[in-house]
Amino acid sequence: MLQLSIFLENSQGRLAQVLSVLAELKVNIRALSLADTKDYGVLRIMVDEPEAVAAKLKERDYVVSTTPVWVLKVHDRAGGLSEVLNQLVEQGVSVEYMYAFVEKAGEAAQVVIRVQDEQVMSEAVKKL
Amino acid sequence: MLQEEEMVKELRETVARILRVPYYQKRLGELGITQAEDIQSLKDFQRLPLTSKEDLRLNYPFGLMAEPVDNLVRVHASSGTTGKPTVVGYTRKDVQLWAEIVANGLRLAGVTSKDVVQVAYGYGLFTGGMGLHYGCEELGALVVPISGGNTQRQLMLMKDFGTTVLACTPSYALYLAESLEETGISRDELRLRIGIFGAEPWTEGMREEIESRLGIKAIDIYGLSEIMGPGVAIECEGQHGLHIDPHFYPEVLDENGSPLPEGKKGELVFTTLEKEGFPVLRYRTKDLTTLRYGKCEHCGHEGWTMDRVSARVDDMLIIRGVNVFPSQVEEGILAVGGLEPHYLLVVERVGTLDQLEVWVEVNTASFLDEVRELENLQERVKRSIEDIIGISVRVRLVEPKSIPRSEGKAKRVIDKRKG
Repeated sequence: MLQLSIFLENSQGRLAQVLSVLAELKVNIRALSLADTKDYGVLRIMVDEPEAVAAKLKERDYVVSTTPVWVLKVHDRAGGLSEVLNQLVEQGVSVEYMYAFVEKAGEAAQVVIRVQDEQVMSEAVKKL
Repeated sequence: MLQEEEMVKELRETVARILRVPYYQKRLGELGITQAEDIQSLKDFQRLPLTSKEDLRLNYPFGLMAEPVDNLVRVHASSGTTGKPTVVGYTRKDVQLWAEIVANGLRLAGVTSKDVVQVAYGYGLFTGGMGLHYGCEELGALVVPISGGNTQRQLMLMKDFGTTVLACTPSYALYLAESLEETGISRDELRLRIGIFGAEPWTEGMREEIESRLGIKAIDIYGLSEIMGPGVAIECEGQHGLHIDPHFYPEVLDENGSPLPEGKKGELVFTTLEKEGFPVLRYRTKDLTTLRYGKCEHCGHEGWTMDRVSARVDDMLIIRGVNVFPSQVEEGILAVGGLEPHYLLVVERVGTLDQLEVWVEVNTASFLDEVRELENLQERVKRSIEDIIGISVRVRLVEPKSIPRSEGKAKRVIDKRKG
């Protein structure tokens, strides 16, 4: 799946501003994570039709990129994530970053994972 | 080189003209010079006092004119950041001479009577707009006197009129290129082929950026109102330095005002020849450059050629005792690749230490999803700038368009140490 990444300056209200724009564009954010440094941050979100949303944000002068990520279902209980992650590591997968979200319906949680090597990951996922 | 004797003869004529002005009479008189004949050699000439913007202010508005105001047909003025502007006057002959000088320069740059020239320099008291305008008319080109600003209209007319030559500041040219991409007008719909850019220092990197984005040849033009206006010097199509028009006598001086030999960098100083209304003696331009004398292999121009002005004395920042110019920072940013020359220098005093922060806009091409990559970019820009200026800097990545665009001269520095 494709994740949207948005470059944001670290300034008062900047995050709220971009979220308003997304609301205005009627974009439903399924999952979100924010990586930040002193001066700036990278907002990562999962949305429907990421490429269309990216184009609309670019029109509004946002710096945006789309990144391939993996979304995996894990059991929503203690050790659920650890189980999956350990299996991936055994298969040689390197995780760049990840974040999780819980679905409203159902028992599963989901994790968004960005890996270093797509090939290794696609092999590893088959063995889960 | 021109025979010294001949050169001295021409300079002597300027001195004779200048001696009609009471202010100069007094200043030259203090050095024992009461008549032009006292100047017998270049050495004598080099002893004459320098003229600065301050002298123009002291004699505001018409005190330095060598002709009665009745004989003047036009004035121009440059905006002073503080107080009164500096005023210059032109006789009918001066106005005609200026048009010929600009027309000659444009010819060297490859402009012909068949061109459509969009003059996007400001019209009015500033010499940029009208200087280019009359030069183009003299050349026989079709002038579009649109003046600065109103970017959407600029782009529309550029397309509809089939503009072939764009004249404006380099920073505005870049802004036009950016707006063009946004408006969705493709380069194939335009007939642009040459840019005549000046009125602010710019770098070779900026030239490459503009040339590739607009698909044109970007020519550097130089001038200042105190000397005449645009056209004092201009590049030919060969783009190897700016050829100085023979109506201006250049010198390059060191910090103490002593003449420097060819090839040495210092402050550029001009004396006008043949100019009537406002002749000027050894005027300090505050621009830093080097001079060389000779014949241009490309266009055959014979005389003085100056390097592109890399910096202005006024733009120089002294940070922790080191001289820093915005153009050096620009060079550093562009050397990294993938970034655009939209930047701002912010100087602050933290405790007792000066700190230089450089803001650079991130663009889609340079943005990667990972913070590590952004930090890497930040680090590369930092090192690239530090290699050039020699002091440490903090680089701050900012969002696109967050640094204000200019329709005239770009503002590159915020110095918080002042006031």
